[in-house]
Amino acid sequence: MVATLGWKTGGPGGAGRLLAVENLEVVYDEVVLVLRGVSLTVPEGKIVALLGGNGAGKTTLLRALTGLLDIHDGDITKGSISLNGKRVDNLDAPRLVRQGISQVPEGRRIFAELTVEENLRAGAHSAPTGIADRFDRVYSLFPVLAQRRKGTAGFLSGGEQQMLAIGRALMSDPRYLLLDEPSLGLAPQLVQQIRELIVEINKGGTAVLLVEQNAHMALSISEHGYVMENGRVVMDKPSAELQQDDDVKEFYLGLHKEGELQSFRHVKHYRRRKRWLS
Amino acid sequence: MTRLLQSLAAGVGQGSIYALLALAFVIIYKSMRVVNFAVPGMMILGAYMVVYFGNVLGINFWIALLLAILVGAVVAFLIERLAIRPMIGKPVFAIAIITLGIDVLLRVVTSDLIGTNIRNIRDPWGLKTFNLGDVVIQHRRVAMVVAAALVCGLLFLFFRYSRIGLAMRATAFDQEAALTLGISVGTVFALSWVIAGGLSALAGMFVATGSGIDQQSAFVALKALPAVILGGIDSIPGAVVGALTVGIFEGLSNTYQIQYLPFLGQNFAQVVPYVILFIVLLVRPYGLFGTPEIERV
Ligand SMILES: Nc1ncnc2c1ncn2[C@@H]1O[C@H](COP(=O)(O)OP(=O)(O)O)[C@@H](O)[C@H]1O
Ligand SMILES: [Mg+2]
Repeated sequence: MVATLGWKTGGPGGAGRLLAVENLEVVYDEVVLVLRGVSLTVPEGKIVALLGGNGAGKTTLLRALTGLLDIHDGDITKGSISLNGKRVDNLDAPRLVRQGISQVPEGRRIFAELTVEENLRAGAHSAPTGIADRFDRVYSLFPVLAQRRKGTAGFLSGGEQQMLAIGRALMSDPRYLLLDEPSLGLAPQLVQQIRELIVEINKGGTAVLLVEQNAHMALSISEHGYVMENGRVVMDKPSAELQQDDDVKEFYLGLHKEGELQSFRHVKHYRRRKRWLS
Repeated sequence: MTRLLQSLAAGVGQGSIYALLALAFVIIYKSMRVVNFAVPGMMILGAYMVVYFGNVLGINFWIALLLAILVGAVVAFLIERLAIRPMIGKPVFAIAIITLGIDVLLRVVTSDLIGTNIRNIRDPWGLKTFNLGDVVIQHRRVAMVVAAALVCGLLFLFFRYSRIGLAMRATAFDQEAALTLGISVGTVFALSWVIAGGLSALAGMFVATGSGIDQQSAFVALKALPAVILGGIDSIPGAVVGALTVGIFEGLSNTYQIQYLPFLGQNFAQVVPYVILFIVLLVRPYGLFGTPEIERV
């Protein structure tokens, strides 16, 4: 508990610069309550993991953080989002990007008809000055993108598309990078590569909120982790502790070791029997 | 042979007008998936504005044209802001009906301004011609082709190299992804209407060259619709190719149909665009250059 508090204020010497979600409630179509009071913090410069099964509300939380609820007919009905103490939940998407919050959406969503370079240039839309430096940084992080610079993005492989999606988000020079299931659908060695890239990006000072179903990968590089279920945060602990937690082991880490299909069925069954919050 | 070339020249000229109008349709469609049936109204308003600034106020033709394009752009901007933007997210059909209503409104107002007579503009081309060998070509046809080519070139450069042009292409492909990058989708919508408004006004001026405009002239713009569908409603090169195809076949039909296919009756050229459209859609339902999927996820 004490450790958690220390961590939340940014650790020793930290100025308490962070992205904070407090008691957030989100409703779709004015009736569907999806987030039921979520609280979460991402301190500047850290990696935070957010775990949870399908439909837990992870993507909805990211939409709330990046001003995308509007286009999904979603609304924040309670709670707040603040950046370094200032409320930002009323800002639209372009302003939030200019505040340094950038999202890599679920499913990559690269502009398949544009070239790799054009995708990156579009990523720099909100920060057109100093674009050359950011191109250099992204190309050195992802040399494969430099090679395919003039190629049509739609022809990249799944892993390369994920790198392009991350590179594109980095082009706005964010202080907070929100990644929505970057390992989804990637082969294990590519997941490994993405994992190392996230660490590398974080070393450059960018805080990362890593939404994952691959708990193994997410907890291995994050400092703190949250587990969401049914629109609520049901666990909130340092990642090292979460890795040792029996429930997490059984739900997520177990799933990673066994054969995927079999364990998935197993997990579903297990979910029905026991909930973390009941 | 002379007759064929002459008819082609007229067709390409007319096709260039359709191209400007087709681009107005496509640019709006691409940015916000709205079929803008107000293009005829926007076009005739632009044409009248050239009459108004050039003849009523007596301003120099080129400045009058510039002002008319400006008015067209501003009116389009207002339409988008006041009537279309609040409807975003509503069924496509509902928005299409609204644009139809706006079209009627614009045409009624402009008809009133035009009055019952034919109104001419003081364009530098008139019905003057020059000879290329035996082929007689109207100056205004050349102007139309040059203008359309220039517009295409500028649009190409704009979409390829400018920051906001790229943002428009990104938004056209995936609106939500564009939003995650901080692209202001509202600005993209507004700009697409501004461009379409300006293009419609320019096309209107060309419609008014030669024989002037009257209360029926707006209907010319409806032929841009088959051109657009022909090319594929989300394709800019498609719009241009579709428009030229329609223009050329219309020209050929004007020249040859009465002679060779008299049983089709007088004025068959008027329905030629729709006949071509029908034939092409039988083979390629998404147009010549359109994207096969109906909707992207
Ligand atoms: N646009 C929407 N309208 C209504 N319900 C939605 C919408 N998007 C997501 N939901 C619902 O909200 C819940 C959480 O979804 P989501 O945030 O995507 O979860 P996760 O990313 O954790 O899988 C799900 O039950 C989903 O069906
Ligand atoms: Mg999700």
